[in-house]
Amino acid sequence: MTALLEVEEVTAGYGTVMIVHEVSIRLEAGELVTIIGPNGAGKSTLLKAIFGLLPIRDGRVQLGGDTVTDESPSRMVRLGASFVPQTENVFPSLTIRENLEMGAYQLSRGVRRRIDEVLDLFPELSERTGEQAARLSGGQRQALAIARSLMLDPKLLLLDEPTAALSPVRRREIFDRLMAIRERGVALLMVEQNAREALAISDRAYVLVDGRNAHEQPGPEMLANPEVGRLFLGLDSVEDGETDPGGV
Amino acid sequence: MLPVDAFTSLAGEAPALLPPLITFGGSVNWTVGFLTTAAIFAIAALALNVQWGYTGTINFGVVAFFGVGAYTSALLTLDAPGEFESYVGGLELAIPIGWVGGMVAGGVLALLVGLPTLRLRDDFLAIATIGIATILRSIANAQEGLVNRARGLNGIPRPLEGFANDMGVDYDLVLLVLTSGVLLMVFLVVRGATASPWGRVLRAIRENEATAQSVGKMTTSYRIQSFVLGGALMGLAGAIFAHRIGTIAPDSFDNLTTFLVWTMVIVGGSGNNRGVMLGALVVGFVWFGLPLIQEELPDFLGTRVFMLRRIAIGLLIIAFVLTRPQGLLGEEPRVSRFAPRGDGGGGLWPTGLWSRIRGQPGGGAA
Amino acid sequence: MDILQLVIVGMVVGSIIGLGAMGLTLTFGVLKFANFAHADLMTLGMYLAFFVIVDVGIVGGHVGPFSFGWGMIPAVLFAWGGVAAFTVGVDRFVFRPLRRRETDFLSIGIASLGVAIALQAVVQAIWGSAPLRYHSEIHRALTFAGGLKIKPDQILIIGLTLAMAVALYLLLHRTRLGTAMRATSDNAPLAEASGIDTERVRIATWVIASAMTAVAGVMFALQSQLRFDAGFEFLLLPMFAAVILGGIGNPWGALVGGLIVGISQELSTEWINTGFKPGVPFLLLILILIVRPRGLFGSETQWST
Repeated sequence: MTALLEVEEVTAGYGTVMIVHEVSIRLEAGELVTIIGPNGAGKSTLLKAIFGLLPIRDGRVQLGGDTVTDESPSRMVRLGASFVPQTENVFPSLTIRENLEMGAYQLSRGVRRRIDEVLDLFPELSERTGEQAARLSGGQRQALAIARSLMLDPKLLLLDEPTAALSPVRRREIFDRLMAIRERGVALLMVEQNAREALAISDRAYVLVDGRNAHEQPGPEMLANPEVGRLFLGLDSVEDGETDPGGV
Repeated sequence: MLPVDAFTSLAGEAPALLPPLITFGGSVNWTVGFLTTAAIFAIAALALNVQWGYTGTINFGVVAFFGVGAYTSALLTLDAPGEFESYVGGLELAIPIGWVGGMVAGGVLALLVGLPTLRLRDDFLAIATIGIATILRSIANAQEGLVNRARGLNGIPRPLEGFANDMGVDYDLVLLVLTSGVLLMVFLVVRGATASPWGRVLRAIRENEATAQSVGKMTTSYRIQSFVLGGALMGLAGAIFAHRIGTIAPDSFDNLTTFLVWTMVIVGGSGNNRGVMLGALVVGFVWFGLPLIQEELPDFLGTRVFMLRRIAIGLLIIAFVLTRPQGLLGEEPRVSRFAPRGDGGGGLWPTGLWSRIRGQPGGGAA
Repeated sequence: MDILQLVIVGMVVGSIIGLGAMGLTLTFGVLKFANFAHADLMTLGMYLAFFVIVDVGIVGGHVGPFSFGWGMIPAVLFAWGGVAAFTVGVDRFVFRPLRRRETDFLSIGIASLGVAIALQAVVQAIWGSAPLRYHSEIHRALTFAGGLKIKPDQILIIGLTLAMAVALYLLLHRTRLGTAMRATSDNAPLAEASGIDTERVRIATWVIASAMTAVAGVMFALQSQLRFDAGFEFLLLPMFAAVILGGIGNPWGALVGGLIVGISQELSTEWINTGFKPGVPFLLLILILIVRPRGLFGSETQWST
C-alpha cells in the first residue's frame, strides 16, 4: 500500500544554506509520528519544506500518492495537509470565530457547521468565540492554532513543537487533544522538544541529527532506548523527568 | 551651450530664482563644472553611505543637513546684512571657518534629530526624516530676520578667488581642484572610519541589531555616532555648494537633492565608498547631462527635459533595487543590505525579516 | 467665532488627509511597507478626474449647490480605475518581485520612492506645472448663524469621507475578503499556510485603497487646486502623521488622526505664523513617535475595533 506521506531524500534550507540533507520519512494514514533531535537539527526546516514554505533543493515529497514537491502551501491545504507553526500561529486581532473561518477559507459552504464540530474538541474556546485571539493564554492559543488547522478536515497535520513554552499541565492537555485527533483518523507528524512525553504517545519516531536521518524506531521502544536518550536527546537518563531541553 | 547654473540649481525647474553667475569667467567648461558638482555630491553620497550603507540608518532628509551646512557657512562668512536684508550672522569670517561651521551645524542637527528618533523602527525613521527638510525650509521661508527668507543670501564669498586672479589661472579649475581635494580627504576619513573596529560594529548593527545588542554594544549610541558623522559631512558638502554658487535661497534645497544623493548611493553600491563616488559621477551625468541633449530631442520631450530626468532618476532607483541591489560595484566582502537575509530558525518565516517589520522580537526558539 | 471657523476648515482638510491616510494605512498594514508614492497616487487620481472633466469634456452642468456637475461621477470612477490599475501594475512588476525575494521591507519603501519621483514627473509632463481647477466658476459659501461660512463642496467632503469610512468598516468586518485582509495584515505567512491566496488579497487591498486614494485626491483638488507637486508639498507628511497617530493598519485611527492633524494645522494659524503650518503635522508625528509609537488607538494588535 502507498503511504500517506512519503518524503524521499529531501534536501532543503534557506537561500543557499542547506539545513536538511537527504532526509527520508514515511507516514501511514492515521499514524502519529514524532521527529526528535538536538537543537538546530533541521526538524522545523523539514516540516516547512514538506509544506511548501521553503524550497526543496533535491528529493521528492508525495502526499496520498501525488507528488507535491515544492507545491504552494495553499495547494497543500487543498490536498488535505495542514500545518501548525510553532509561534505566531493565530491571527491575534481576529476573533476566535474569525480565526476558524480563516482556517476554512477554501471552504465555500458549511463553515458554520464545521466550526461547531471542531469546537466540540476544544470546549474552552467555544464559550468565547467573539473574543480576540490576542487575549488568549498560551495554552488556549495553541489550542486555537490546532483547531484552525483542523477546519478543512485534513488527512495530515504537521505540528511544529506544539507544546513549546507550555507548563506540564497544558502540555498534557495538548498531547491528549492530539491523541483524540488521531482517533478521528488524522495522521500527525510533529516535531517535539518534550521528547519523553511525545514518544510515549507516538507510533513511531525519527531522530534527526545535523539535518540527516540518524535513527528510526517505534515511539515507546525509542523511549526505552538509553542509547537514544544519551546520544540524541542530551539526556543523561530517560528516567530523569526534569531534563526536557525545550521545556518551559 | 547650457548656462552654468544648470549645475547649481539643483531642482532645475526654476533657475530664474538664482541670478546667473558671472564669475565663471570666459572659460565656461561643461566638463569642469560638472566634475565640481559631482565631487560635491560625492561628499554627500559618502556621508549617506556612512548612515545607510554601513549602519542601515535610513535618512530621507539629506537636503536638510546639506542646507543647514550651506546656510551656516554662508552666515559665518557673509558681510553684515545690508539695508534690504535681514539675517543673523554676517560675521565675515574666513571661508574655512565657515566650512567647519557648516560641518558642526550638520552634526548638531543630526544629533538633535537622531537622539529622539534613532530608537525607532526603520520605517518610522524614514518617515520622520522626510519631514525635517520640509520643516526647515518652511521656517527659512517664513521667519523674518533669520536667513533673509525667500530673498535668499547673496554674495557668498568664493574660495581662492583672489588666488586664482593673482596667478592668472582659470577659476573653474581652481575650484575643481579644491573640491576634489576636499572629496579626497572625506573619502580617506570615511574609509578609515568604516574599516576600523568602529565600522565593524556599524555593520554588525546593520546586519542584525539583536545580535549586536546581545554582545553588549550600545547600538543606539553607535547609530547616533554614525548619523552625526554623516550629518556633518552632508553639512560640509552643503557649505562647499553655497560658496561655489554664491547665492542660496530656501527653495534651492528641495527634496530632489535628497533623492539624487540616494540614487547615487543605490546605483553605486550601498556600503562601498568607491561605489558611491562612482554613483555620484554616473547619476550626476544623467541628471546634468540630459539637458545637454535637449535640442536633439523631439520637441515634446525637449521641452520636458527637466521632467524627463526626474523620471530617469525614479526609474534608476526602481531598476537598481529590483535587478542590481548591490549597485554597480557591490559591497565587498559582505553581502549588501538588500540581499536576502539568512534565517534565524524557529518561527515559520525568517525571523530577521518579520520581526523587524512587526516590531517584535524574533520568531521563537529553535 | 474665528476659532470655530478654523475648526470647520480643519475638519475639511482633516477629512481629506484622513481619507488618504485610510488608504495608506490599509496598504501599510497588509503589505507591510511605507508607501512613499501614496501621496502621488492621490495626485494621479485628481489629474485622471481632470482628464475626464476637462480634457474629454464630460462636465454635466451643475449638481445642486456644488461646484461640479454630473461629470464628476464618471471622472471619479475613472480616477479610481486608473489608480487601481497603476498600483496593481506596480505591485506586479516592482513590489511583488521584492516581496518574493524576501528583501528588507525598507527596500520596497525605497522602490516606492522611485515610483513617487517618476509618477510626479509624468503628471507634470502631461498636465504641466501650473495649478488647475476642474471648474472655473466661483463657488459660493453658505453663511450660517454667526457668520460661519462653509461651502457645499466642503460639506460633501466631510460627509463622503464618513460614508467611505463606514463602508470600509463593513467591508473589513462583515466580508470574507475583509477578514482575509485583516488576517494577512496580522500574519501573512500564517494566512498563506491556512490556504488563503495572499497575493489575491494584496491585489484586492490595492484596489480598495485606490478608491480612497482617488477620492481623496479629487477632494484635495476641489478644496484647493490640482497641483502636480501636491504629494511631497502638502500631503505625504500629514498623511503619515495621521497613519501613525491612529496606529498602523487601523483605518478609523487614520481617520481620527487625519482630523487631529487637519484641525491642529488650521488652528495653529491663530497663534503662529501661517508659514509654519507645515511644521504642525511634523511636530505631532515626532511627538507620537516618542511618546506612543504604536499610535493613539494601537493596541498590541492592529485592527482592534
